[in-house]
Amino acid sequence: MSRPITRVSSATFVLPQTDIDTDQIIPARFLTTTERSGLGRHAFADWRYDDHGELIADAPLNSAAAKTAKILVAGNNFGCGSSREHAPWALLDFGFDAVISSEIADIFRSNALKNGLVAVVVDTDTHRELLANPGLELTVDLVDRALKFADGRKVAFPIDDFARYCLMEGIDQLGYLLKQGEAISRFEAAHE
Amino acid sequence: MTARTLYEKIWDNHVVVAETPDTPAVLYIDLHLIHEVTTPQAFSVLRDRGLKVRRPDRTLATMDHSTPTTPVRKLADIDIVGPAAAGQIRKMQANCAEFGIELYDFDSPYRGIVHIIGPELGATQPGKTIVCGDSHTSTHGAFGALAFGIGTTEVGHVLATQCLLQRKARTMAVSVDGQLAPGVTAKDIILATIGKIGVDGGTGHVIEYRGDTIGALSMDERMTVCNMSIEAGARAGLVAPDDTTFEYVAGRPMAPTGDAWERALSTWQSLPTDPDAQFDREVSIDATALSPQVTFGTNPGMVIDVDGEIPTRDGDAAFHKALDYMGLTSGRPIAGTPIDVVFVGSCTNARLSDIERAAALLRRHRVADGVRMLVVPGSEQVKADAEARGLDDVIRSAGAEWREPGCSMCLGMNGDSVPRGKLAVSTSNRNFEGRQGAGARTILASPETAAASAVAGVVADPRPLLAGA
Ligand code: SF4
Repeated sequence: MSRPITRVSSATFVLPQTDIDTDQIIPARFLTTTERSGLGRHAFADWRYDDHGELIADAPLNSAAAKTAKILVAGNNFGCGSSREHAPWALLDFGFDAVISSEIADIFRSNALKNGLVAVVVDTDTHRELLANPGLELTVDLVDRALKFADGRKVAFPIDDFARYCLMEGIDQLGYLLKQGEAISRFEAAHE
Repeated sequence: MTARTLYEKIWDNHVVVAETPDTPAVLYIDLHLIHEVTTPQAFSVLRDRGLKVRRPDRTLATMDHSTPTTPVRKLADIDIVGPAAAGQIRKMQANCAEFGIELYDFDSPYRGIVHIIGPELGATQPGKTIVCGDSHTSTHGAFGALAFGIGTTEVGHVLATQCLLQRKARTMAVSVDGQLAPGVTAKDIILATIGKIGVDGGTGHVIEYRGDTIGALSMDERMTVCNMSIEAGARAGLVAPDDTTFEYVAGRPMAPTGDAWERALSTWQSLPTDPDAQFDREVSIDATALSPQVTFGTNPGMVIDVDGEIPTRDGDAAFHKALDYMGLTSGRPIAGTPIDVVFVGSCTNARLSDIERAAALLRRHRVADGVRMLVVPGSEQVKADAEARGLDDVIRSAGAEWREPGCSMCLGMNGDSVPRGKLAVSTSNRNFEGRQGAGARTILASPETAAASAVAGVVADPRPLLAGA
């Protein structure tokens, strides 16, 4: 990761389904790739393509609104299931830079934040409002740790300090870990 | 010293740099399991940055997800899975060779599903931190190891530094007490647990399974329970190590020996949760009340007794969408629903005891006409052990297929898949839409329920057959 992110602004796109698992976000048959690029066309493949591999014209994810939105609002417990990092890769490549839900599965959220997909958990009231109003103009603001509505309203969201710092500075966590080399060597020497 | 849980003890033993409000802990990883699907991009990062694998000796590599379950006698035999999957297999071989990692390859007597071979080799041990780019890494928690799934970026972190940046999780105790009725298994315990706490009930938590029912389970059974912790949203599941654990580990190829064994044993014996330790959340399950469980929807929390009725939930759109996908109807019994495919396999239920229990029901019964039954051992060792007992013959004679080890139909990456619209009873762990193939319908169950259903040709309660077997 390198691109620093401070805020994501766009109209929202809503997938109200609860428990959207990573097999929906990208089915296993597309995991044979050895690259991380170009997965957007497989995002939600079984929701967007028919049995013959043709785009389903009236599938919501194939709409203009889905193509232009950078913020995905999803039902509770988004990203459950497999640890495949292909899921955030596919969402980012599809065009989403942020995902909001009332609950986001642990591994998915960790993967998302490491790739610059801003994964945000909001309270259930705010979540309900977002679900009920697709296309709402919204800003996910990391600086203020808040969602900002067009009418000036702000709703704070919690985010891990370190994850936020890394997103905002474009910090690469591997670089951070490599700097701990001495401490790691000391630990190994004491425990072998 | 304050009383600590098993999780907290393992955590404390592996902190390289303590966590602060600003920074997560640097946690040391004792064992890194890797497979072909979630590593190629991580190796690319190492290569791009000129990094080495810090501890090849703590890295255990195999291939399982996209591998064929037909025999591989020469390299060209892998091409049956298609060019992309075969390419991924070749990439894994090349990456392991380049970075000096021993690979349990097709010529190894130990190749198999990564979560089955770790324990078999004795690499999985109490008190260890174990990670893998795979959410079912929770399986290894059965040994009292802190084991959890990570993404590919983190796979790169562990390859390069043998460490991860982690925040401490909350703790949840799931206490299971009482004697299981005949025909009720570890799989039924965990399915019922997920049904009770929900598919997000464990989010942010590490679960410790406790109670006399868990204590009485074999290691194979404890692995089945811990395996599906992620299906309740928990990254890890744990069982306190005890004599059952130590007996399992002793004498395995990578287990300590001699003085090292004695030292390890005394450390392991100090790991169980202190009597006064507090969990953030506690749940209890009455094992005596459990029946064999089957799922009816499109996540593992949509589960009922095999002799129960499909529930009714008026006005719940997600619930009805799931039933539509499954082709099932509220208010009807699930038993008796015609099925097309039975899959016995996966890291949940493809160890020797699982295959034995399925085969026991096939000794005197045949797979019903029109049902395809696939039995896929979890590893080369399981395959060899099962064949030494003649189980392959039992399975084949009953009309089922006996395959080479791998993940196979659990996720359908290698061409073994359930056709669109067909209904499968599977011993695997996920019944998500399309999990076993595009449009495939999945009912999760124990090996007993799966085998009984194969024989009946419909979803079936295994208990009458078991009583008569
Ligand atoms: S058997 Fe299934 S769940 Fe287990 S590691 Fe393989 S694909 Fe994943």
